[in-house]
Formats: sequence, structure tokens, C-alpha cells
Amino acid sequence: MSQGRPQPVPQPPDLLTVDSLRVSFGRGIHEKAVVRNISFSLQPGRCLAIVGESGSGKSVTARALIGLAGRYANVHARQLSLGGTDLMGLSDRAWRRIRGNEIGFVLQDALVSLDPLRRVGKEIGECLLLHGAVSSREELAQRVIALLKLVGVPAPEIKAEQLPHQLSGGQRQRALIASALALDPRILIADEPTTALDVTAQAHVLSLLEETKARGKALILISHDLAVVSRAADEVIVMRGGDVVERGNAVQIFKDPRHRYTQQLLDAVPSGRPRGSRLSPSTILRSPARHTQPAAQSPPKSRPILLEATSLVKRFKGPDGTLQAAVDGVSFELRSGETLGIVGESGSGKSTMARMVLALEDPDEGAVQFAGRPWTALAERERRGRRRSLSIIYQDPLGSFDPRWTVGRIITDSLSSDVETRRKRQERVLELLDLVGLSEALLDRRPLELSGGQRQRVAIARAIAPNPAVIVCDEPVSALDVSIQAQVLDLLGYLKDHVGVSYLFISHDLSVVRHISDRVIVMRRGRIVDSGATEEIFRNPQSEYTKSLIAAMPRLVRDHQIRHPATILEEGIA
Amino acid sequence: MVWAAATFAFVIQCVLPGDRAQIIINVTSGNVGLASSAELAAINAKYGFDQPLAIQYGKYISGILHGDLGESYQQHRPVAGIIAEQIGPTIGLAVTALLFAWIIAILTTLFIAGRDNIWAKLLNDTQVFFATAPPYWLATILLVVFAVKLRIFPVIGGSSPVGLILPTVALALELSGFFGQVVQNEFTRVLEQPFVTSARARGMSEFGVRLRHVLRHAALPGITLSGWALGKLLSGAILIEVVFARQGLGGVLVAATSSRDVPIVSGAVLISAGLFVLVSLIVDLTYRVVDPRINLT
Amino acid sequence: MSMFAEATVSRPLKEVLAIVRHFPFRVAACLIIIGLFALAALAPKVLQTHDPLAIDLRSSLQSPSFDHWFGTDQLGRDLYSRVVEGAGQSLAIGLGATALSMSIAIVFGVAAALSGGVCDSVLSRIVDVLFAIPTLLLALVVVSVFGPSVLTEVIAVGIGTAPGYARMIRGQMLAVKETGYVEAAKVLGHPFSRIVRRHILPNAMNPLTAMMTIGVGQAIIWASGLAFLGLGVAPPAAEWGALLNAGRNYVIYAWWLEIIPGLAVTAFALSLTIIGRHLQDRLEGKK
Repeated sequence: MSQGRPQPVPQPPDLLTVDSLRVSFGRGIHEKAVVRNISFSLQPGRCLAIVGESGSGKSVTARALIGLAGRYANVHARQLSLGGTDLMGLSDRAWRRIRGNEIGFVLQDALVSLDPLRRVGKEIGECLLLHGAVSSREELAQRVIALLKLVGVPAPEIKAEQLPHQLSGGQRQRALIASALALDPRILIADEPTTALDVTAQAHVLSLLEETKARGKALILISHDLAVVSRAADEVIVMRGGDVVERGNAVQIFKDPRHRYTQQLLDAVPSGRPRGSRLSPSTILRSPARHTQPAAQSPPKSRPILLEATSLVKRFKGPDGTLQAAVDGVSFELRSGETLGIVGESGSGKSTMARMVLALEDPDEGAVQFAGRPWTALAERERRGRRRSLSIIYQDPLGSFDPRWTVGRIITDSLSSDVETRRKRQERVLELLDLVGLSEALLDRRPLELSGGQRQRVAIARAIAPNPAVIVCDEPVSALDVSIQAQVLDLLGYLKDHVGVSYLFISHDLSVVRHISDRVIVMRRGRIVDSGATEEIFRNPQSEYTKSLIAAMPRLVRDHQIRHPATILEEGIA
Repeated sequence: MVWAAATFAFVIQCVLPGDRAQIIINVTSGNVGLASSAELAAINAKYGFDQPLAIQYGKYISGILHGDLGESYQQHRPVAGIIAEQIGPTIGLAVTALLFAWIIAILTTLFIAGRDNIWAKLLNDTQVFFATAPPYWLATILLVVFAVKLRIFPVIGGSSPVGLILPTVALALELSGFFGQVVQNEFTRVLEQPFVTSARARGMSEFGVRLRHVLRHAALPGITLSGWALGKLLSGAILIEVVFARQGLGGVLVAATSSRDVPIVSGAVLISAGLFVLVSLIVDLTYRVVDPRINLT
Repeated sequence: MSMFAEATVSRPLKEVLAIVRHFPFRVAACLIIIGLFALAALAPKVLQTHDPLAIDLRSSLQSPSFDHWFGTDQLGRDLYSRVVEGAGQSLAIGLGATALSMSIAIVFGVAAALSGGVCDSVLSRIVDVLFAIPTLLLALVVVSVFGPSVLTEVIAVGIGTAPGYARMIRGQMLAVKETGYVEAAKVLGHPFSRIVRRHILPNAMNPLTAMMTIGVGQAIIWASGLAFLGLGVAPPAAEWGALLNAGRNYVIYAWWLEIIPGLAVTAFALSLTIIGRHLQDRLEGKK
């Protein structure tokens, strides 16, 4: 009997069991539940991903697992246990034994998650010292260096003596992971470990996490980015507003989600969707139907040139006193009706270039021409009159709003001067609100009272109010949740077709740039390394740098059979 | 910077309403009256008031470079000498008070920041009280309570270490209230930072987190303030010295001011400006040591 | 019909009650205290029990009693009435000094921040030099030049506290100049004067109210300090600092002469500080 039937593979025993976890804040009538009824179990060598947007409760869940949900948190669960130990109602001292020792925790953005005033080596070694795992200074130093080697930080002896801000973003994050892995805990929880990182650094950190998993640790990955999670996750839980919306096997979730929200999240990710297609549900935007690619337009080459940059150079004094070129000989042109995407990692000079295009900085060399006439070469007095044709949308709109002004005032302030009468102005403001999909009720609100997506829409309304020819978008969606990002991208696309505006779209997110741009420029260290039509660049990158960027791009692997990184380049559009 | 202060001091002396020679005579003789033109002329010649302003200015600056700060109207002695005699105890008092204030501020912060109990609120209110109350009033109360009534400390302290305690505490109280508030606010803010969560996640105790990580960050604004704090302490020292009848610059300055002896006051101004520059330099260096990020802006 | 009337009447009342309920107790208490002091300043006769100048040697140095709430001084004058009398002077000096201080500070701070370049450097230098000098010393300078008097007190404290405020204001202006919304206005093509008028000045001056409230309290303390040193108003004026100066001599056997005026000063300054802080918190919460 036993020979014929295949033996069931013995499941490794549950490492972490969570049953009906509930976290709330406040007491009595003011009690507010932030996490409602989440259950899962974790085995060694497996990765659980908890996915959700802001306010979903995923971070609180993660912190509750190590007892750091906060002083005022009420944590209840039918069962919350690690191996055999019950974690409910643990004393503070007992928790301290578990933290770092059995469970490691990694936060996002190592720049603020590592003590900026302490050397990296000390931060990593702290865990060892706390739990009495080393007996001498030499042993401590050795183990710290070994840990740095393990996570792939080059020149560990030197880096251990440096401060966090002296390391690159990716190295910092890896050092942070090293500090969490110091005592070889059985579980590693990572809360948004790749946000705030460049694409290549992101890929390295993800590989590191996968290696960790391969070595037999259990991994809990918290993220809002489905593409990031799709590579490493075995099981996925989707959260929204504190509730578990869907859970299941990763393969199944990405291929065939059952809940509408999950589907919405998947649709919102630009990676793997046809260019120019709608990312958000049609009910959100007031405007009609799907918009398609600008098919019925005049051939690209014949459209008038709006912006022409010639050999722009801008130098700054570096920290060591020498002059460094943030932008080093950049030339490009933006034609009417097109979206030019500028992609690059941090330090590539794309923001500086945007500022020169907007004439907020004067180039040291080179010039920008706007609509055929000189732009950067002019004195500010002469330029001012034409400024209305160039608008900007920032990454963080809140900083660009006067905190004392209402939405209505913000938009009215930017109306073009030829709208004379008061009534006409009011009409126009309402028109703009409608165009960006905001309700009239928001006119009297202040920016602080709005959500991130609403603020960005107000910023867009303000940007199109003076009827500009060009809008410079500086990382306009990087700070937004995935579904909001989708809405904003759709809105931008819609406006381009219906209002007739051209975009200079700057971003570090390749999939977003690929989705929205007609042509792309890739920048690195102040120089252009690649430029051309979007599809050309992505299918056939010329420079090694672009190739590595594209290879590092987190892909939303919708069809999980093709998972291996080596085949990514052949996937094309996944 | 010091040069600017010197110019300022010079300007003050020239701005005196009334004729300077007349004032000197008045101050010396102790009564107000009109002197004969011969007497005026004599004074003018002696002090060089009859020369054009520019030359007077030049002489003044060169005098300073040689350590000559002018002559007191009243005592007819070099200002530099007068100040040098009295400045020692004052500075000693101020510096000791600064240390005291620091210690009190840090201790209280360690124990109450980020906590919400009744002690925290009480201590917080006490700090605000000390920071706002007139320092000389507090000093007088302290003097009466501890020295006179309870006889723990000597009333006239002189230069003995025990006699130093009461005035130092009195001087430090006001500043400690202020410092305490600043450090506490920063402390509470830093407690929310991610790297503190990281430390906790490694298994560090609350106290350890506060001591090892947060304190250094919270102290930073305090260090920047130390330059200004010393100035405030000098102001306070003048008052405290009067209250405790101590030797020091305070008494000299008060007497000089009420008798309109401007060179002494302007000389003190110069010295204090110089001190400020010195302290600022030290503060700057200390800051760089504690927060190495500054070097790589 | 009556139900509607009820609804419309009770709704504004409800709103008022809501504000009152959320109003922090301390701030309310401080406002009451300030109100009392203001009353004492403006209409002292209303609160006084005796004539503040009346000398009565038979009842000299009496401790607080039903007859003399705060006791009497060495000349038999009622201390309570003198404290009330002094309120007006102290308040006037405090307000005057703060007004002077703020005016100087605003002129220097705004001019420095807006002019930029060499002009800014020069103005900042001047302010920095004055800032380097301890407040009391600066005040002493003024007094030594102009001689002790009430006006001198005001000018002295005003000039003494001005550099600190000037630096703060300049800092605020510069900070606002660097904000995103100022840049956004620039991108829109608005001229600099318009940006200053509509964005920079309103936002930079926002914290001013709170600063001034706390400032008046501080000014009163400094002024009383000067009077304490004997450099302010002359007796028989009842200004608080003078009272404290006089009281010092009798403090061992007539503690009320020193303690109570000091409490008055402290209470006043403290109340102003608490209100000012509250304003600050509200402002920051709003932002």
C-alpha cells in the first residue's frame, strides 16, 4: 500500500502561528481597530507577503508580531505563538529576549532606521552585545565584518567604521538587514525594505532577501509594491483598511485574483500593461471611457519643437570642495503633444535639469529654448510674462501649497490673467476641478485636510489652469499608493489628449516611465546614456547601464511559471 | 566680529548726550554743575576729545589691540584693569552654572521625557516656572531660606567652594528650566524616529534606548544654544552677584551704570562680545565632534 | 414650529459649549489672571483697598492680615494696593519695550532677509554683534548713556531684547523664502513683490503673535531686573521691580515684602508664557 501512493511531503512545523489577530488603539467609544482578524502561519524557508496601501494595517500587524505596536495599542489574538512560546501577554523582559534573537526586524529607509550618529559597525554589533553573544571586542569586530560580508557590502572593514550617510542607499539597507540577522533569527520581518531605494539597489536587496529565505529562514515581507513582492513571495495576504481582503498562494493570486480589490491593485501596476492603457477603474475618473494611444495624430517628426535644450551644464561644489557637474552636457528636445520621459537613479541630475528647464536655475553652460525663442538666456523680467506656459507638478504637492490657502484660492491664483470677470473665474475653477475629478466641496478645504491623491489632483488643476504648453512632472506619482498612482497616471494621459499639453516626465520608476512616455531619455551621473522611442529603449537598450536598469526592474510576474530572472529580458512585455 | 563690537563700544561713547568733558567733571566731582571753559579744555586735551572723530576712532582701535580699553570716568583707572580684576569670579560662576544647568536638564529629561505620569507633568511645570520667574527673586528666596533661616550655607560666600553652591544653583535654575524644555521637546521628538524602533527591535530596553541613542540626538540643540546660554548666564550673574553681595563684575557694572561711567560699560561689552566669539567657536567644534554629519554637507 | 426654534437656538450654543469644553483649563485660568492684571493696570482704584502712597508709620511691617491682604511695608503702606498700583507701570513698560523691540526686529529681520547679498550680510552682522552681548549688559549700556528713568527702562529693555527677535524673524523669512510654494509662485510668473506680499510676509509673521505674548512677559521680567538693580524708576513708585529692590532689605523679618511682589511678576509672566505657548501649539497644529 505504501509503495504505490506518493508519500505526502512532511510539512515543516509551523514557526509562527497567528490566529485572529486584532489590534486597536484607544479605549471605550474611542477605540479604533486598525487590524481586524488576520490569521496566518509561517514555516521556515517560506515567504509571506502582506500587501496593502497606506492605512491597510500591514505595518501595525508586523509590529504587533514583535510587541512593538505601540504603548497605546490593544493587541488581541486567539493565538499568537512562536514555535512553542505563547507571545500573548509576554512580559517586557521576555519580549526583549525574543527581539533580535528569534525574530529580526528590518525597517525601510536605512538613513533614518540606523542611528545617524553611530557608526554602522556599532549598530550591527549592538544586537550581539545586547544578547551577550560575544565575549571579547575582537570577536565582536570579527562577527560584524562577517555579517557585512554576508549581506554583500563591499570593503566591510572600512564600511563598518563609517556613518550611515557615508554608505550608498543600497549598502545602507543591506547593513540594516545585517543588523537584523546578527543573531541568526529564525524569522525575518521586513517592512517596506526596498522603498526609497534606486532600482538597482532594490534588486540587490531583493536578491539578498531571497538568499535569506533559501538559507532556511522564514520571511515576512510587507510592501505596497506588488511587483517587488511577486518575485519572492510564496504566500500573499492582501489587506485593506484593516481587513484581510484576499489571501492565498502567490501563483494563484497573481494569475487569477478573486477579490475585486486585488484585481484593482494588479491592474494599477504599470509593469506589464500595454502602454497608454487605463490603469484605474473607469468609475473613478469623471471623464468618459478608456483613452487609447494617440493614434490619430500627426507623425512625431513633424510636430513643432516646444523645448530645446542644448549642451546644458550645471556644476555644484561637492562635499570635498571640488566642483562637480550635476548635469554634464545634456541636449534633448520636446515636441508638441508628446511625453518625454526622463529616467535615472538618484544623483543622475534629472531634477537639476528640470530646474534649468523651468529657469529656476541658470545653466553654467548651454541654453534652453522655449517655443523657438530664447529662454534661459533671458533676464527674469523678460521671462516672467511667458512663464505661464510652463507648469510643474511636484512629488510632494503639500510643500508647494501655501498652508494658509484654501484649494479654491490656490487654483484661482494660477488662472491665466485673461479670465477677467469674477464669475468667469469661478466657472473656470469649477471646470478645472471637474476635469481632474475633484468635487466642488473641496474648494474650501485646506491642503492639509486632503488625501495624497486629492492633493496631487489639486496640483494638476493648478498646473493646467494657466493653459500651459508644457508641464514638467517631477516624480509626480512616487509618493502615492499604487491605486492612486494609477488614477493620477490615467488623469495625466487623459489631459494630454483632451487639453493638449506636453509632458516632461521625470521619474526613477522605469515601469511608470515606460507606460506613459512616447520617448525616453536615460540619464546617469549628469549625462544621457540612451535616448529614443520608448519601446526601442526598453526592447533594445544600447548602453550597458540601461540594460542593467531594465534587468533590475521589479516585474510583476503575472504568470508565475516564468519566474527565473535569467529569462526576464526575453519576456519583453510580461 | 570683535572688531564690530569695538566699533559699537566706540559709538556708544560718542553718542552720550551732552558734552563728554562736562560729564567727566560731573562724574568725578559727584555733582552736576557747569565748569569753566578752561577746565573743559583741559579735560578735552587730556582725553583727546578735541581731535577729529576719525582719529579718535583710530586711536581707540589701536588702543584695544594693545589691551587698552580706555579709562574710567569715575575711577580714572584703565578700564581694562578694572574689568580684569573683577571678571574672574563672574566667569567662574557662569561656567559652573552652565554645567549645573546641563546636568539638571539631562537628568530630568532622562527620567520624564516620553512618559505621561503625574511626576512628568509636575516636573515639566516646575521647569517652566523656573524658566520664567525673575532669577534674582528666586535667588533672594534661596538665600533667605537656605542661608539665613536654615543656616546650611554661608550668607556671604566669598570664594569658598561651599559659598559657591548657593549662587551657582540660583543662577543655574533659570537656565535649567529653559534647557530642560528644549532638550525634552527634542527628546520626545527623537523617540518617534525609526532608528529608535530599530534599536527596540534588537531587544534593547527602554532605558537603554534613551541613554544610548536618544540622548545624543536630543542634546544637539542644547549644544547649539550653549553660546547664547552663556550670555544669558552673564546677565543673570550680574543680578546674582548683587543679591549675594559677591565680588565680581556685577557690582562694578551696576555702579558704573548708575554713575554713567560709560567706558567701563562699553569695555565690558567688548569683552563679552569677545567671549561670545570664543564660546561660539568651542560650541561649533563640540558640535562637529558629536554630529559628524555637518562636515559632509 | 417650536421644535425648529429650539434647534436653531441651541445649535450656536452647542458650538460655543464645544469650544469651551475643549479649551484647556490652564489657558483659561491664565486668561483670567491676565484679565485681573489688566484691570489692575487700567483701573487700579477698582481693586485697591488702600491708598498706595499713604504712609502710616504705626502699622509698618505688619504681616498679611484681614486688613492688609499683603501686609505693609516699612512705611506702613499697604502692599496689596502698591502691587496693584505697580501693575499699570510694569505692564506699560513691558508693552512699550516689546513694541519697540519688535519694531526694530521686524525692520532689521525683514530687510536682511529680503535684500540678500551684501546688504543682508551687513545687517546680519550688526544684529549678530548685538546678539552676542548679554541682554542685561545691552540694557545697562543704554542706561549708562541716558541715565536711569522710566523711558530709559523701556528703551533699554527694547534694545536689549531686539537682536534675539531680529534673528528669529530673519530666520523665519529665509525659511519661507525657500519653501515649495514660493517656488511654485515663481514658476507661475508672479513678480517678487507679489510673492513677498502674499506668501512670505504672512507666513513668516505667523508665529509673531505668540512670540510677542511671551515677549511681553519677558520684557516685564527684564525691566523689573533693572529696577531691582536700582536703575529704573525712583521711589515712591510702586513698580514691581522697585518693590522687589526695596523688599530685599527686610526680607528676613518681613518676608511678604519680597515674596509677594515676586509672585505677582512671576504669575503675570507665567500666564503670558502659557498663553503664548498655547498659541504656538495651535499654530503648529494647524500647519
